[in-house]
Amino acid sequence: MTGPVLELVCPAGTPAALRAAVNAGAHTVYCGFADETNARNFPGLNFSRDELAAGVAYAHRAGSKVLVAINTFPRAGAEELWHRAVADAHAAGADAVIVADLGLLAHAAERHPGLRRHLSVQAAAANPDAINFYAETFGVKRVVLPRVLSVEEITAINRDIDVETEVFVFGGLCVMAEGRCSLSSYATGLSPNMNGVCSPASHVVYTEEQGELVSRLGDFTIHKVAKDAPAPYPTLCKGCFSAGGQTGHVFEDPISLDAAELIPRLAKAGVVALKIEGRQRSRAYVAAVVKSFRRATDAIAAGRPVPASELAYLTEGQTSTLGAYRKTWR
Amino acid sequence: MRLTLGPMLYNWSADQWSDFYARIADEAPVERVVLGEVVCSKRLPFYQNRIPDAVERLQRGGKEVVLASLGLVTLRRERKMLAELAESGLPVEVNDLTMLRYLEPGTQFTVGPLVNVYNEGTLGFLANRGATTVCLPPELGLDSVTTLAAAGARLGTGIEVWAFGRLPLAMSARCYHARLAGLAKDSCQFVCDADPDGLAVETLDGQPFLAVNGVQTVSESWANMAGDLDQLSDAGVGALRLSPHTGDMVEVARLFRAAADQRIGPDEAIAGLAALAPERRFSNGFLFGRSGAEWTH
Repeated sequence: MTGPVLELVCPAGTPAALRAAVNAGAHTVYCGFADETNARNFPGLNFSRDELAAGVAYAHRAGSKVLVAINTFPRAGAEELWHRAVADAHAAGADAVIVADLGLLAHAAERHPGLRRHLSVQAAAANPDAINFYAETFGVKRVVLPRVLSVEEITAINRDIDVETEVFVFGGLCVMAEGRCSLSSYATGLSPNMNGVCSPASHVVYTEEQGELVSRLGDFTIHKVAKDAPAPYPTLCKGCFSAGGQTGHVFEDPISLDAAELIPRLAKAGVVALKIEGRQRSRAYVAAVVKSFRRATDAIAAGRPVPASELAYLTEGQTSTLGAYRKTWR
Repeated sequence: MRLTLGPMLYNWSADQWSDFYARIADEAPVERVVLGEVVCSKRLPFYQNRIPDAVERLQRGGKEVVLASLGLVTLRRERKMLAELAESGLPVEVNDLTMLRYLEPGTQFTVGPLVNVYNEGTLGFLANRGATTVCLPPELGLDSVTTLAAAGARLGTGIEVWAFGRLPLAMSARCYHARLAGLAKDSCQFVCDADPDGLAVETLDGQPFLAVNGVQTVSESWANMAGDLDQLSDAGVGALRLSPHTGDMVEVARLFRAAADQRIGPDEAIAGLAALAPERRFSNGFLFGRSGAEWTH
């Protein structure tokens, strides 16, 4: 008995990570240009035009695909930068672009009709009507589903749409509907939508106060831990706050998504691609995660049970969650 | 400069809701009122049967009434809500693009601040679909606002900005009110009704920061652009959005009206708003490309 072949979509923050992901068995890698056009606009990360062309050639020789994320919301008066990113991804031979903005989707559909378009998770299309709107209006072929849906809801969505769905299975976890969050810019002036960064390191300050390590984002304290304890990165929505007489992780614990055990159910739900978050991660991390998930997708394709995830050591704070895929998360 | 009263984002009782809009209808100098549920579809049944009377009274008071669509749509029941909204006969404010699927081609609509309109391309797309007014995302700075207002003028689409009230910063599938109360979202007991302006979230240093409103996260500070109306007017902004809160919203609207008509200066407008609720902190940082929590006055 055999099962569906699930496409493993893997992060590549650098050309070295792209090669590591391809060598580890990634069916597909995704990456972005080194500027504000993509949602992982971190120093030292991402691809020049030449690096992308070389990366595409490398991946294609190995039978892997390359997707280019152009998934921030173009700045008014500067749309040309995003338009050029789409044109250059097309010219480099990318297999698809991952786009969130309505105006950019319209531009890509009109000017690059031959370039496959995926809807970014940043568009947060969370139901069949929204997905069908993007499919009919812009010819979108695949939708990356926002991390707000349960497996049951994903199953129902796939019954009512004709395009492919891709879901996140591992890595950082947005607690908020993606692309609809200004928490980071409220504290720092920089946001995922406008600048491609969330809780940016440029605005993080660690200080030692009364035997505690305090991490601040902008003017706001996000964590305090004992001086020698490991301090989680101060991502705003994973911070420790007080509300209603309680102190704790009001929004979410410092925790990562690991949905490896749900892969068989996601396959049954009609999902075609599994996405791993982490373009900011090292190539060693990428290689380890890709290898582990490739064993899982190979097992599904062969009709074998999925091996237990061995990736706990890679997740933030050593704990992981099934996130919104399990309805009680809400 | 027109004034729009945005939708009620918080869980008020049906009686409070009706009383609030009755007074707005009779006394508030606003041109447009957006009614309906944006945050949580579970709240709507409590006041849904009050909406027709509120619409009638607001229209009698000379206000244009617009019905708001839900901000994050995931459930079948919620999609049905949108279908009903499209058949209400009133103009609709789109707060999630899902709503576009339910509006007949050629139908005019307005766009709320939860829709990502960051650039001319997106504004042009929505204008072509029938958008008459777009309230921009609050995190946009004055440069973007200026560019978009110029584009809007060419397209015939009015530009509105968030001018008063706690800033809508995020939406989630998770309900934070329920989480804090140790409840599941599906059996939340509507605990958000205890916080008619949201539940304050402080840092571990006791610094006010955010507020939770069910599945929505808003700022702790009250956005206040009353001191920046000259710049907004110069930028080509045609309307200001005031977001409903407890306290005297009619007086808030009067102060914005007076400031927009230059009957009072910016300092007087800010002082008047501060006097209405001295404990509230103001912010306007987004407008100037700074952190949204900052206050420049």
